[in-house]
Amino acid sequence: MPVPRTHSALQLLRQAIGGHRGWPQFWRSPEPKPAYDVVIIGGGGHGLATAYYLASKHGIRNVALLEKGWIGGGNTGRNTTIVRSNYFYPQSTDLYDHSLRLYEGLSHELNINLMLSQMGILTLANSRHDVEMLQRWSNAIQVQGIACEWLEPEQVQAEVPALDVFGMRYPVKGAFMQRRGGTARHDAVAWGYARGASQLGVDIIQNCEVSGFEISDNRVRAVHTNRGTIRTDKVGIAVAGHSTVLATLAGFKLPLSSMTLQAYVSEPVKPALDRVINSPMVHAYISQSDRGEMVMGAGADAYFSYGQRGNLPPLEDGVRSILEMFPRFSRLKMMRQWGGVVDISPDTSPIIGKTPVTGMYINCGWGTGGFKAIPAGGDLLAATIAHDKPHPLAEPFCLDRFRTGRLVDEGAAAGVSH
Amino acid sequence: MSLPKQRIPGARIDTAKPVSFFFDGKPYQGYAGDTLASALLANGVRILGRGFKLHRPRGLLAAGKEEPNALVQLEEGAFTEPNVRATLQPLYAGLHARGQNAWPSVGFDVLGILGFFKPLFPASFYYKTFMWPSWHWYEWAVRRLAGLGKAPRERDPQHYQRQNVHCDLLIVGAGPAGLAAALQAAPSGRRILLIDEQEEAGGSLLAERETIDGKPAMDWVKATLATLAGHANVQVLARSTVTGYYDHNVLAAVERVSNHLGPDAPAHLPRERWWRIRAGQVILASGAMERPLVFPDNDRPGVMLASAVRHYLNRYGVAAGARTVVFTCNDSAYRTAIDLAQRGIAVAAVVDTRAGGAGELGERVRGLGIAVHTGYRVLGTRGRRGLRAVRIAPHAGGAAMNIACDVLAVSGGWSPVVHLFSQSGGSLRFDDGLQAFVPERAVQAVAAAGAAAGVTGLAAALAGGAEAARTALEAIGVAVLPALAVTAAPAPAERPLEPFWFTPDAAPEYQWLDFQYDVTVADIALAARENFVSVEHVKRYTTNGMSVDQGKTSNINALAVLASSTGRAIPEVGTTRFRPPYHPVTLGAIAGRGLGERYAPRLETPIHERHLELGAQMDDYGGWQRPACYLQPGEDEHRAVLRETREVRRGLALFDGSPLGKIEVRGPDAAEFLERVYINSVRNLAPGRARYGLMLNELGIVIDDGVLVRLAEDHFLVHTTSGGSGRIFLMLEEWLQCEWTTLRVRCTNVTTQWATVTLSGRGARDLLAPLVQGIDLGREAFPHMHFRTGSIAGVPARILRASFTGEASYEISVPANRGLDLWDTLHQAGSHEGIVAFGLEALLMLRAEKGYLHVGADTDGTTNPLDLGWGPVIAKKQSDFIGRRSLTTPNATREGRLCFCGIEPLDPSTALPIGAHVLDTLPGGTRRSGGYVTSSCFSPALGRWIGLGIVRDGPARAGEIVTVAGNGIEMQARLRGTVYVDPEGERLHA
Amino acid sequence: MLQIDCPWCGRRDEDEFTCGGQSHIERPALGCSDEQWGDYLFARINPKGLSLERWRHTYGCRQWFNMARDTVSHRILAIYGMTDPVPVLPEARA
Repeated sequence: MPVPRTHSALQLLRQAIGGHRGWPQFWRSPEPKPAYDVVIIGGGGHGLATAYYLASKHGIRNVALLEKGWIGGGNTGRNTTIVRSNYFYPQSTDLYDHSLRLYEGLSHELNINLMLSQMGILTLANSRHDVEMLQRWSNAIQVQGIACEWLEPEQVQAEVPALDVFGMRYPVKGAFMQRRGGTARHDAVAWGYARGASQLGVDIIQNCEVSGFEISDNRVRAVHTNRGTIRTDKVGIAVAGHSTVLATLAGFKLPLSSMTLQAYVSEPVKPALDRVINSPMVHAYISQSDRGEMVMGAGADAYFSYGQRGNLPPLEDGVRSILEMFPRFSRLKMMRQWGGVVDISPDTSPIIGKTPVTGMYINCGWGTGGFKAIPAGGDLLAATIAHDKPHPLAEPFCLDRFRTGRLVDEGAAAGVSH
Repeated sequence: MSLPKQRIPGARIDTAKPVSFFFDGKPYQGYAGDTLASALLANGVRILGRGFKLHRPRGLLAAGKEEPNALVQLEEGAFTEPNVRATLQPLYAGLHARGQNAWPSVGFDVLGILGFFKPLFPASFYYKTFMWPSWHWYEWAVRRLAGLGKAPRERDPQHYQRQNVHCDLLIVGAGPAGLAAALQAAPSGRRILLIDEQEEAGGSLLAERETIDGKPAMDWVKATLATLAGHANVQVLARSTVTGYYDHNVLAAVERVSNHLGPDAPAHLPRERWWRIRAGQVILASGAMERPLVFPDNDRPGVMLASAVRHYLNRYGVAAGARTVVFTCNDSAYRTAIDLAQRGIAVAAVVDTRAGGAGELGERVRGLGIAVHTGYRVLGTRGRRGLRAVRIAPHAGGAAMNIACDVLAVSGGWSPVVHLFSQSGGSLRFDDGLQAFVPERAVQAVAAAGAAAGVTGLAAALAGGAEAARTALEAIGVAVLPALAVTAAPAPAERPLEPFWFTPDAAPEYQWLDFQYDVTVADIALAARENFVSVEHVKRYTTNGMSVDQGKTSNINALAVLASSTGRAIPEVGTTRFRPPYHPVTLGAIAGRGLGERYAPRLETPIHERHLELGAQMDDYGGWQRPACYLQPGEDEHRAVLRETREVRRGLALFDGSPLGKIEVRGPDAAEFLERVYINSVRNLAPGRARYGLMLNELGIVIDDGVLVRLAEDHFLVHTTSGGSGRIFLMLEEWLQCEWTTLRVRCTNVTTQWATVTLSGRGARDLLAPLVQGIDLGREAFPHMHFRTGSIAGVPARILRASFTGEASYEISVPANRGLDLWDTLHQAGSHEGIVAFGLEALLMLRAEKGYLHVGADTDGTTNPLDLGWGPVIAKKQSDFIGRRSLTTPNATREGRLCFCGIEPLDPSTALPIGAHVLDTLPGGTRRSGGYVTSSCFSPALGRWIGLGIVRDGPARAGEIVTVAGNGIEMQARLRGTVYVDPEGERLHA
Repeated sequence: MLQIDCPWCGRRDEDEFTCGGQSHIERPALGCSDEQWGDYLFARINPKGLSLERWRHTYGCRQWFNMARDTVSHRILAIYGMTDPVPVLPEARA
């Protein structure tokens, strides 16, 4: 079922004449009903997308989405907005390319400009060893049928004039580039899914914090919240950094560690960088937003945290790496720094699927890379909930892999973190 | 050169020192002590910026860091800096600045026509359009319209520093409260750091006409600074802004060391210095910021904060205009009228939104003959390029009137600067009297004082600062000090502020909140209509407060508009979280000096200089600078490596193996410990013998390999991969300290204590024999995989017979400071036999010919020892070792794992690309990776290209022809065993 | 930036240290089940609040020690030796 098309240039013109008084609400804010067919916990991108696909693809519309704060306020609104599908293992590229393909059609599907900017993402090799690893990596992507090209240093320089290709302590020895990679506007993704879901009948309930579950015979029966108890026999959880907290309430264990990932932006300047640059060795990534800010990230705090605060050492190390790559950005100024709580799994791959509690499904463990996976994460969790059976693309990412040892260890394979 | 207007005497500029500068290419003159803003104002330049979206002309609003409009591009070329606040930039001779985000200039900007299309650009209009056919079609143009200044295109010619400091008490802000705190605390003898962000200390006193102890306040400031200078325990840091408040009372500040000198600053001075401060106690005396009032066309150049008008007048001697109207909802702005009138500058009227008007100050204003309109508001302003008149009307209804003026000094009240307090984790409370957020409860050792704490009046600020100092010192064990004696005249009796957040009965579309991102009251209302009612949603949807000032002048006003739009009280709406930095920080300052060569140290071996003399092509290998190969005249790297490889196989060659990891493990339980570390058995290794072994992590993944030597019953030498010693050493220590705490073992990483030179080839023994003392080098006496100690050319040496080349080899280690001697001795001794030096790349080719594993290249993070064919070795061992249990999980033993094997191209003259994948074809024709090529080289011994890889069930498929794809090509290859040269190992034992 | 009291070296910045993860995890014997082994490797309490974890003063004495820390406020509640029992802790949450 399509989303009504209230957004267009023509509408904008019409509304301008009317003083913009006729725009409808992006989403409704109803009071929670006593019972729903499905309750989704977590109003970030993954939860909102799950609710939207339940309604749009599976016809399940009697759905409540519970958000303890405001939608899109967690990692969805705190990331560096990068989208890409340049992973190593087939199961990963299948998953992330599914996501990227959904992103490519999403502005039209949701009728909101997500500003998907496929400016291309370059992953830099800064040593002989890097060249071997990254060629292995880029070849893996191509074997999967995903376009990706290898660039020699001179070609890297041509693609990214601002990059100090030859002068760095670790000069660039090559790079691979996925042209379909880029950025998208993070808030719009959350709002677009919320709008779509709400129009299809999903109740989005903000300021609603889950305090417990009613579980009997190992089956979920209801969700207790600060706005009352909601009966349901299907619960989808997509709460990123707080997954362990909810799993504990439901009585099962997750192999996750929560950490604070640090990011920062510069003041806006005129276009100076029109690719996403990532260097695994000179550890940092950077892109320039449409507004003109340099959006930068590097590491997480090196300890467990639910702190959601900026910190000094990762900032200093990250900025050092950025300037090592882009010495000409030295006189730009950092204007905002923040942290997001990410849930890191042992193999840095996500967990999507059923949980030990019947009727309870989870989508977590995206670590530092959840934003790019929002459409797929939502789609696969919705399908898993609708059919009570893991979606084929989600099967490799089951919780059981931490017992069988069948990890999907991207970092280990490519020698690179996400 | 246009002459500046006459300055008003008594200001803090030096009119004896004129300073010439340029704005938008035109020359002007200011004075020492001016900021760029004050000098431009004095020169009558009104338009200093353009709005981000609609390019409306904008002038100075403020005098400090909250300035939203006067952002300029400072200097050109390598020295250029975008988005410089004219209000913060001290004037220096020859300063060049340009307006930004405008063409051709801010004075006349073609894009100003966008203003006519304003109705088409409500908040977040871009989410609702630009979708057909795709955003890509519009993005190019939108990106170019966005952004403010221009990023430099050259490397920064100046440098930055980092400074670390500890203090017992940090005082942020050298205004009245901060100075009083410092004065109070100074005699305690504790380490006190007072940081102030302005060009000189004094804070608000620089801009106000106050008296302390019966004298002009700035005299007291001067005396106080002199007193503080006499205390060795007090450090005053000027021109420095505390930007971030982090966990555990750590703060960051940036000191502008030479910014006020411009490009001509002495080269030895850093441009800025980044301070990491660990503070025992913190007092935030960061003052307050005035809020603008919100009314139609409140963005005209000439509409300024009332406090800014005073600031320019009292500090710089600049009258912002010839005729001023004051518009306020509180008493403080009356001071502007008084200060102007007393200097003979016309004040047309004071417009007060409160029906009751002001207290004592109101009387004084009336006494100066100034008209006061109480119960009035401003309905509009006139003047396209600068204010010419305001239109005012009573709330109660009645005739509107126009008042001609060129400055409108506005005050919507004061907001304490709570940014750092909020960053520290402290909670905020909405104060009804101030109509602002004030600090409530601290969670770190911090307190606010003075205006930052919501205190009004100079006397209260002085007393509050001193009291905060006493409390802070008491908390760190300093006996209570006698209260500081400092007095100021009591503040005139005031009438309370009555909030006037925006003008409800006027068109909201031109009531500006965020001047930088062009956000209006209508935008907030639109957001609320569209159900963006959370304060964070509104901020993101309208972009209010997201530009470079981070909402310093707009946040509270926008919050109030949102509260009004959604029928809530301000505290119910809440406030957005304050995040670092308080004020933007140059990236260069954050990075400090840790760039280029300082980005990462280069590890060099003791033989480094000799390699360079021998023509080595150096490269980075795991952090070590090592010769990739030694180039002879006319050679490229490929030829050099082939030559070196041939030479090693032919006779005699020398290799610097110093980075080889060496860890000594000693103690009664050393054998037991290593038995648990290695996957092969250790106990049965006899002293003087060596054994190749593998180490795993607990996941069963191979993490390192190397030769283990037993030096004595209780003493081992663990060799790790080069570059791996630090990591493995830490791992061994972790197991000893955290898990096997009862084992009596000591580990020492001796990697860099020994230089290691490997002599390789058939002639090695004969060359070595005459040089070595105390070791029988006989073939039987000292066979392969044995270890001896003795001396070589008089230097104590450890010699290991192990080989990574496949040739008979002696790995000779001597104390690091004798490494170069050893190299030279061997090199000289072998010169008659044509000894050559070989580099890393030849070594890697030689070992590939032998099929020796290169951990990290031939393994990935999933490779377990079973994949390497070590199953039988493990089966023989009974006891547990790190990672053993993981080798029995379903995944570790399944079929289809990637296993180490040889892979050779069918066409012997073609290279298999490293990183190329062996393709599996699934039913249905889909192709997937079935492993990959990990090593590939031309074997001079075989005259063909050879390769190694990890391939799905590789060893079991030996002989199979497979398709390999990579780097854009596909080719056929044959799977095979790993050993290409000398499978019997005869050469090893030569 | 955490200020950590190394038992041997005194107070130092967090970037001299390495957090080694949850402490007091018992290593199972070789004969344990796949599930027990999987739990040992991967299952973590990941508490929001009091966390008992081990740290190493990597750029100092290289010694390991235990720390009780709040993962929300980052307050350090106790530092104790690797073989010491968990101390009695004050109110965990700041």
